[in-house]
Amino acid sequence: MIEFKNVALSYGQKQVLKDINLTLADTGLTSIIGPNGSGKSSCLSLMSRLQKASAGEVLLDNSPIQQIPANQLAKKLSILRQDNHTNARIQVKDLITFGRYPYHQGRPSAEDLKIVEQCIEYVDLQAVQDRFIDQLSGGQRQRVFIAMVLAQDTQTILLDEPLNNLDIKHSVSIMKQLRQACDELNKQVVVVLHDINFAAHYSDTIIALKNGELVANGSPTDIMQDSVLSHIYDMPITVTNIQGKPTCLFYS
Amino acid sequence: MTKQAVPKLKLSPFTRLALLAVAVILACTLFLTWNVKASWAFTLEFRGQKLISMVLVGIFIAIATLLFQTISQNKILTPSIMGFDALYMLIQSVLIVLIGASGYSILNEYTKWAIEITIMTSMMLLLSKFLFRGSAQSIQLLILSGVVLGICLSSINGLVFRMMDPSQSVVAQDAFFASFSSPSIALVQLSYLLLAATFVYLFRYHHQLDVLLLGEQTAHSLGINYARLTQHLLILIAILVGMSTALVGPITFLGLLVVHLAYQLAGSYKHKILLPFAALLGVLVLVLGEFILQHLVSFNTRLSIVIECVGGLVFLALVIKQAKS
Repeated sequence: MIEFKNVALSYGQKQVLKDINLTLADTGLTSIIGPNGSGKSSCLSLMSRLQKASAGEVLLDNSPIQQIPANQLAKKLSILRQDNHTNARIQVKDLITFGRYPYHQGRPSAEDLKIVEQCIEYVDLQAVQDRFIDQLSGGQRQRVFIAMVLAQDTQTILLDEPLNNLDIKHSVSIMKQLRQACDELNKQVVVVLHDINFAAHYSDTIIALKNGELVANGSPTDIMQDSVLSHIYDMPITVTNIQGKPTCLFYS
Repeated sequence: MTKQAVPKLKLSPFTRLALLAVAVILACTLFLTWNVKASWAFTLEFRGQKLISMVLVGIFIAIATLLFQTISQNKILTPSIMGFDALYMLIQSVLIVLIGASGYSILNEYTKWAIEITIMTSMMLLLSKFLFRGSAQSIQLLILSGVVLGICLSSINGLVFRMMDPSQSVVAQDAFFASFSSPSIALVQLSYLLLAATFVYLFRYHHQLDVLLLGEQTAHSLGINYARLTQHLLILIAILVGMSTALVGPITFLGLLVVHLAYQLAGSYKHKILLPFAALLGVLVLVLGEFILQHLVSFNTRLSIVIECVGGLVFLALVIKQAKS
């Protein structure tokens, strides 16, 4: 369970997050939405300890996240950021094996390799598993990193815009897999998403940020309202029911 | 499937490492036994001392450079950019001015070493204490400050150099270039200690270095204490560079040369392979280079000058290659 207690974050003079209070359930898929620069990624960074809150406290399973030893945290929570880049020539399979690092500390066991194999299948990368990552397309690379995070096998998985660079087919399949991880493996997944319809379709909860403030927090049906969305994005947005699902049309 | 094999020869990284080790042993034997004119006992002792200093320096510089490139995520940097060489030269100049040319030549090795290593390591400690905040961004800041500091130190060194009398400046000039003549026994003993400590440390933590290759944030996510690891490595690099500079003088381009050869030839990104591979290559380049220079072309120049020259060319080639891709 992740809790934010009066959390604020500022870079110098600029306040990025203001007084956030938030509790995320143990399991289920939560999407964070909001305009650019609203503090979504910062919020995720705080949850994963990549950054330290300027004020307030972030708790993971009731203990302050700053006090959890690094290696223990890596077995409870994993994060995938937007820009994943490496200079090294690493093969796909080796990179995904790094996901097991918190468990094997450099010496992957047969068990670890089996999990890696499953993750490769999960994201549909068998065909390229022996290639070097600099030989992959942007979408494939994104799936490699997602597989790495899945291989880490943590209760909580944080993903910062995981659908970046992915075509519709792979976006849908990644979201389905995340959904499946929540339903079948009881994971907690938190994703930053830009596509509201993806968020609405697959999430249990949607959190909306605007100018560093929490402006909405609720089920997709609560959030998928003309007034709520129009307020978040400062533009007219109409929600329509298509095949029983609230879908928003923002093309004008 | 386009499986672009980088290495043309399909050799496992361990085979490559073994082959390289054999080459190093051959080169060392050749160096020791080629064209012996004086008595064997004298020749072996004389050349052996030289060989030991080359082996130590080759290992230290290669490892320091590889570690530096791993933590800075940058393949065209060497620790010399942090101003280590400039600081070393400044220390020599100041010593010569303070105690005179003759005093400098008879200065106790332990004292000189202690002065050098203390100043060089404390510079790194100070820099990292004030500038390193535990993130990859502050590594960049640290390096930049090192660059500026290096320029500043070498300007001061230029000033001090101009204030010397001619006899002093000859001694100083000599100290500015690496030379593989016999190092003192005291230094060599200390080097063995450092070698052992480095080996133990890297043996325990080499897998964490692999994770560093994925970037700061991924390393965090995989449970690496990034700030602590980087800080330790920076200190280790400072000591390694300081030690090798104390042994033979500034010779940091060697690192760039051998680490890049290692990336190309080792066939693995893993530090388990890369570290020993680069270290062995460092030894090989020094020993073979010195051998060729001395015995085959009977060039009367210093190996370090040739290496700086070749290293410089490699550096240029790398920059051009990066600009093109």
